Amino acid sequence: MELEKVLERFPKEQTYLIEILLDYQKSKPTQHLTENELKEVANYLDVPESHVFSVVSFYSFFSMEPRGKYIIQYCRDVPCHISDLINVKETLETLLDIKTGETTEDQLFTLEYSSCLGQCDGAPAIRINDKIYRNLTKNKLQMVLAEYRGDHHA
Amino acid sequence: MLEKKLITKHIGVIDPKSIFEYLRLDGYKQAERMFDMSRMDIHDAFETSKLRGRGGAGFPVSIKLMAMAKESTQPKYIICNADEGEPGNFKDRYLMENNPHIIIEGMIIAAYATGASKGYIYIRGEYDKSIDVMKEALQQARQKRFLGENIFNKRFDFDIEIRRGAGSYVCGEEFALLESIEGKAGRTRVKPPFPTSKGLFGKPTLINNVETFATLPTILEIGGEAFAKIGTPSSTGTKLISLSGNVKNKGVFEVPFGVPMRTIINELGGGPLEGRKIKMIQLGGACGPVIPEYMLDMVIDFDRFEEFESKTGAGAIIVMDDRQDIFDVLKRVSDFFQHESCGKCTPCREGNLHMLKTLHKFFEKTATEKDLSLLETQARVIHQTSLCGLGQTAPTAVISSLHYFRFSFLKRIEDRLEEANYAEN
Repeated sequence: MELEKVLERFPKEQTYLIEILLDYQKSKPTQHLTENELKEVANYLDVPESHVFSVVSFYSFFSMEPRGKYIIQYCRDVPCHISDLINVKETLETLLDIKTGETTEDQLFTLEYSSCLGQCDGAPAIRINDKIYRNLTKNKLQMVLAEYRGDHHA
Repeated sequence: MLEKKLITKHIGVIDPKSIFEYLRLDGYKQAERMFDMSRMDIHDAFETSKLRGRGGAGFPVSIKLMAMAKESTQPKYIICNADEGEPGNFKDRYLMENNPHIIIEGMIIAAYATGASKGYIYIRGEYDKSIDVMKEALQQARQKRFLGENIFNKRFDFDIEIRRGAGSYVCGEEFALLESIEGKAGRTRVKPPFPTSKGLFGKPTLINNVETFATLPTILEIGGEAFAKIGTPSSTGTKLISLSGNVKNKGVFEVPFGVPMRTIINELGGGPLEGRKIKMIQLGGACGPVIPEYMLDMVIDFDRFEEFESKTGAGAIIVMDDRQDIFDVLKRVSDFFQHESCGKCTPCREGNLHMLKTLHKFFEKTATEKDLSLLETQARVIHQTSLCGLGQTAPTAVISSLHYFRFSFLKRIEDRLEEANYAEN
């Protein structure tokens, strides 16, 4: 989606800055924001560019580096960790053949760490874009990844 | 019956996506009835109920409501804090996904009681489903004219907007949350002034937790006095408990205050896993104390929790069995705060980093007695000098562990000495 189209949906008020950035970033296959786009948003809301940059660098959802089509977030906080019998982090790193923070060569997946996802009753859990997967086993992880890979080829 | 369902009574009975089913069970009836009550009577009900905030700190709700009602500046704002990011807590998600209208009804009641015209629900960005369910529920409420202009055909306007978080735990702290809604980085403000006098956009603002708003309709329904009879004298009503970790049944349970934690873990949680023993629990979430098994007879009560000088009242119980290493747990907790510190004040930004380094030494069995006293100092300084609740409660797990599990720290130091001796010989 073009940035203009996203901007049109919001009043020109600073209070909508985070909403605008979230919606626009989500619409891009690379799930990232560029310097020029931030300038355009700053212009639209009539706030200093530095302000938009400060917001983007503060919130962990925003990235200025291109990322994969699917962002996989795993939790490493206590409730997930103590229920984690497969080591979700290492399993994902092995299955995807990347380290946390990296993107697969086919630009399909980026692996990220997230603070607690609030799914402690289904621990261990991950979030892929806007979907949650709970009570993970190695088998389940493999199946979920296969699904996303299939979706991509379709 | 251990569970007492006041605000979760609809769950499992109604389809959360249908306002009609909520209405069928007398939903929105209290909001409608309230317009025929005097504001004084409404405030009396909340005051006699002795309701305390459910977000963790347990501040008396009627004091905030009254302070906000007295402000003459307009507009005034109502904010529902749904930035539930404390590890081990998921009860607000449970409520939003399964009973969204009770939260909206509670916000309408708070708005009328305080004369606010605009509301926000600030939901953490990770809660995609909660955001969808709440959006849909708001739309339905608007169609029914429970939100918007002249709601319930009375001369009162009130509407609610959703704002999403973008992956920042500190935004659950009330001033950081305000900054975030204003379109800024979530860095706390120096207080006073408090939000009820100068909050969102500098206007009077009432901020409460999801569960707190969801409790307001029940108080009007059964009356403040009847509500105050539930629970304990200092903590009235019911509490949603997020039970997680090494137990058979994890989940959210609504219980009256005053129930011992051991009863919750064994009867609702089904106890520890087969062949395992409970070693410790963390109470309230990452910001809460780690306490040993023998203290599980302690009851759920704000006043009882106060000794930990932490915001433990949100109701999380993370159960850890005999396989868990306390230093691994502390390292993860400390890592969490180091990652989520907003960076504004030095004790939190730098202190958590250094505390994590010291904890790492204990984890790696390279710590000395000097590290033990260093850790104590670091924890105390962060607790006493940080600007907001995040920093002040970041070392709670460490401080409590130093007290209840001191032998574990000493054992690690001894282990290092033994290994060193062995290497020498």
